[in-house]
Amino acid sequence: MLLGSATSVAPDTSERMRGFLSFAQRRRAWLAALFLILFPLVAPFKALAAMILIYGLYALGFNILFGYLGLLSFGHSALFGTGAYFCGIAITHFGLPWWAALALGVLGGVLAAAAIGALAIRTLGIYFAMVTLALSQCLYYLFYEATDWTGGENGLTGVNVKTINLFGFHLDFVNPIVHYYVIAAFVIVALFALSRILASPFGAVIEGVRESEARARASGIDVARVRFVTFVVSGAFCGLAGALLALHLSIVPIETMHYDTSGLAVMMCLLGGMGTFFGPFIGAAIFLLLENLVSLYTVHWQLIVGAAFIACVLFFPRGVWGTILQRSRT
Amino acid sequence: MADLTLQLLGLQLFTGIALGALYVLLAIGLSLIFGMLTVVNFAHGAFYMLGAYVGLWLLMHGVNFWTALILVPLAIGALGLLVERTLIRPLYGRGLDYPLLLTFGLSYMIVELVRVFFGNTGYPVDTPDVLQGAVDIGVGYFPLYRLFVIAATVVVLVGLWLFLERTSFGLIVRAGARDPEIVRILGVNIARVWLIVFGIGTGLAGLAGLLAAPLQGVIPEMGGPILAESFVVTVVGGMGSLLGAVVAGLLVGVVVSMTSLFAPEMSRVAIFALMAIVLLLRPQGFFGRAGLMS
Repeated sequence: MLLGSATSVAPDTSERMRGFLSFAQRRRAWLAALFLILFPLVAPFKALAAMILIYGLYALGFNILFGYLGLLSFGHSALFGTGAYFCGIAITHFGLPWWAALALGVLGGVLAAAAIGALAIRTLGIYFAMVTLALSQCLYYLFYEATDWTGGENGLTGVNVKTINLFGFHLDFVNPIVHYYVIAAFVIVALFALSRILASPFGAVIEGVRESEARARASGIDVARVRFVTFVVSGAFCGLAGALLALHLSIVPIETMHYDTSGLAVMMCLLGGMGTFFGPFIGAAIFLLLENLVSLYTVHWQLIVGAAFIACVLFFPRGVWGTILQRSRT
Repeated sequence: MADLTLQLLGLQLFTGIALGALYVLLAIGLSLIFGMLTVVNFAHGAFYMLGAYVGLWLLMHGVNFWTALILVPLAIGALGLLVERTLIRPLYGRGLDYPLLLTFGLSYMIVELVRVFFGNTGYPVDTPDVLQGAVDIGVGYFPLYRLFVIAATVVVLVGLWLFLERTSFGLIVRAGARDPEIVRILGVNIARVWLIVFGIGTGLAGLAGLLAAPLQGVIPEMGGPILAESFVVTVVGGMGSLLGAVVAGLLVGVVVSMTSLFAPEMSRVAIFALMAIVLLLRPQGFFGRAGLMS
């Protein structure tokens, strides 16, 4: 009797689950936007919530390349960092308004991606990760040495934006809740943009190249160009994330460019589920919440990160969201 | 004056070769592992750092330098065996990215474990007594220890060459790099070969770390930059080519020391410029990817 009721309930819930997931797939950008608007109501600290948004956006940008195109880059810190530095330099050295600084941050990500992409795309597969890592290390040294512009080892300080002026409105950027929603607004715009790109013919081409390069080529697609353009698009998202980080922290630490930051994007994607729309954000949230929690008890947080990395690769390669999606399909 | 400049250049050339020797040891390990297992070992820098720390620990406990020179590669090699057997082996056949990601995570753990046991700050390491001082090498006085690093690398290279070219196990290794499928069909236990090759590669990284320790001291983060630099060497030389690793390693070492003579602030960027040029002109590197030692 008990068994009977169990079997009659099980398909029902999985049916509902599947319905929800296909709804989530169709309305992915709206759903994510709604969540980001409600998120500060449940998050413990607003500053942490903003960090989750920024790193989620960064991981999202990385996921375009890794998850959707299937290229593993270990140089994304250069795109993120250049975005942050361009935004910071625009404010501290040139006194530009915040919106111009953000636009320059996006441009920084695009330029860094174009430079690294043009070289790295020439080699593929296993070389790609090595070349992107080496080139990002090169940019790290360049920014490190340009002390007059970047502050070198101490980072770029004084990226202060106190009020956000928009169409006659003055928003108090020091207020944590306003601060959060300003950042969230940009992240939501980015989410809609990404959703649109993925749904476009170009989005289909990206996934086509990942699935079979030979078939894509036979269909008349310029595979090298698709890879380059995708790298640059990824750079725009990462550059925006970097620029938002500069505004959020009011400082650009040199660690932003370090290759550990590239590893962070890989980790967040892997944890959340690569090649899924919500995965990078879920990964960023789990990672940063865990970091905050574990740091209360030990300074050796990196040990947990390394172990989690290994565990994910060995036992959990689809990540949290990817596993949920897969379970619902079977 | 002209004489002095020439002398300076000569000395700097030797400094570059000594630095290049370290790159060669690291890049050969990376290349050997990649050539056989098609695994890019992102933990290679961590094994290098661990070699330096294990060496430091041995020296602190009264072991002499020469014994450490034998023990360190064995210890790091043994750790490599353990890593391959337990962590990397389950990932064969699951795509090239997975072992790479796994070794990246492993490098985090190794670095943090070293911080747990030795702290965040670095230590200087004394040059062994016999190797202190400088000798006249024709163009001027050159530190004896750096000469020793060059000599030790030559000995290791010759040993490796004899091992690969003159032993039956080396024959299997070379054949396995060309076509693992055929080698397996011929009844060779290729899994065991892969295991040992991984151990040799990590052992060489450990040895390079120990040799580098008296030159620059040890800190937990020392493996990061050198990992990126050995990637440059393998890309320039051609992945999977041991000859490429030797030539490119020495070249990169000389480029670093020469730029630090003329434009010190560019010394760390120069090799990446070199890599960019090679990628533009010859994306597969100097020696492409043919079989081992060819």
